[in-house]
Amino acid sequence: MNLLHLSLAEQGIFVLAALILLASFFLIAQVRLVAAIHSFAWQGALIAAVTFLVAGVQNTPHLLVSAVLTLLLKAIGIPWILHFLVRKMGLEREMERLQRPALTLLVGTGLVIFSYWAVLPIERLEFGATRNIIAISLAVVLLGLWCMVARHQVIVQVLGFMSMENGLFLAAVASTKGMPLVVELGVAFDVLVAAILFGIFFLQIRENLTTLDADRLNRLSEKEER
Amino acid sequence: MADYVNPVGWLVAAAQGLLYVIAAPLFAAWVKRIKARLQNRRGAALMQPWLDLRKLMQKETIVAHTASPVFRAAPYIVFGGTLLAAMVVPLLVVKLPTTAIADVIVLVGFLALARFFLALAGMDVGTAFGGMGASREMLISAMAEPALLMVVFTVAMTAHSTNLSSVIELNLQTGLVLRPSFMFAILGLILVAIAETGRIPIDNPATHLELTMVHEAMILEYSGRHLALMEWAAQLKLMLYAVLLVNVFFPWGMAQSLSPMALLISFVALCVKLGILGGLLAIVETVFTKMRLFRVPLYLNLAFLFATLGLLSHVILETGP
Repeated sequence: MNLLHLSLAEQGIFVLAALILLASFFLIAQVRLVAAIHSFAWQGALIAAVTFLVAGVQNTPHLLVSAVLTLLLKAIGIPWILHFLVRKMGLEREMERLQRPALTLLVGTGLVIFSYWAVLPIERLEFGATRNIIAISLAVVLLGLWCMVARHQVIVQVLGFMSMENGLFLAAVASTKGMPLVVELGVAFDVLVAAILFGIFFLQIRENLTTLDADRLNRLSEKEER
Repeated sequence: MADYVNPVGWLVAAAQGLLYVIAAPLFAAWVKRIKARLQNRRGAALMQPWLDLRKLMQKETIVAHTASPVFRAAPYIVFGGTLLAAMVVPLLVVKLPTTAIADVIVLVGFLALARFFLALAGMDVGTAFGGMGASREMLISAMAEPALLMVVFTVAMTAHSTNLSSVIELNLQTGLVLRPSFMFAILGLILVAIAETGRIPIDNPATHLELTMVHEAMILEYSGRHLALMEWAAQLKLMLYAVLLVNVFFPWGMAQSLSPMALLISFVALCVKLGILGGLLAIVETVFTKMRLFRVPLYLNLAFLFATLGLLSHVILETGP
């Protein structure tokens, strides 16, 4: 598709989608816990901006509601809850050294190429201007998954989980003019409840193990205790 | 395509090369001056690098008695290689014979040639600092070059040409198009440019602190006109990367014909763009601190990631049936 045939707003959607992908990479590579929360918040804000632009371009006003909802929940609400938890547990300066940063990012790039390849047949069916974004959203989902695999910090793993939801939301907005508002409201509150539940889990894990390193959970087996 | 037999074209190309040589110390001084202002100092006059170069040219050139001919030849090769590389990057006019006969891969090649002799010269005399600086320079450039080439490929895929003139012409014709791939390419190129020109997060051009210096360590043994040429080449390289950033991605105002009016507009536009870029560079150098050498691979890894994402977003978002 030629970018020249698109309006400036549609080009803006593409740029924002590319930035969402970049935010996923930052989430994986961020060493500092607080910075990882910030990159998640930026991803939420970017998705809200994409939703806003899509609402304008495709003339679907109900997407404006979900744009505002996304902004309030994913860019402000959930990051604030996580920030609060981090402060409460005194982890502001928590850092996690990635074992092989270059390799981790290379695998991420490989996931982007894979999702492009996997989405190629779907792209041929649709003719909307924003269909190319489906590959990006699948990549965001896979990168969220990879974040949960590659990182040991529990809070960062939760961020990866939530950014998977971001990817699904982006796919819905870009390809199907958004889900029905009822579904969207349901998913949004599910995510909010999940964030609160995860918070309680963090506190429990910390209380019992005095650490939030998920690798340490492996040592719970009785064999090792002996 | 450019007209190879037109003597006016070659004349303008030569004038453009001369302008590079004259303007490079001025650009370096401009960055220095803004940096001084940001640090509440008055800073040196804009002509200061010129006066420095003149002073160095007049001074006696001392060569260590262990030095081989490579040491004497290196300043000329480094300066010449950088100048030839600069001639490949269009400064004011798009279609010139010098920019048409050499594409961006040749540009990378010229820069690599200059860097190779710079590193050789650093090791030639056999002092510890020279060897240390050369090995560090090679570490940085070995990781910066792939990222630079990925940026080049991203731009070349959009323009269907590796020639900088064609890329700039395409950008001039299409006007303002928001391309995700170009956004990533700009970010990647900025990171590579900072690393390659030895600016602050990677190397500090204003200090001779033994443990951290890279470029200064390699030219430590030089004096007189050799030193002047080496410093001039470094300033030329900074100017080259600045012009590359400004003219490839924001070519507005560049002349497409050789008429005096178009050249004048192009010159003014170039001055404004370079002024803004120099200011940004000064701000970056004030805000950031120099990073440890062992963090440099991570930094260049980020540049490579940007460039790769640029390439991928071109394929994913900007192409299709």
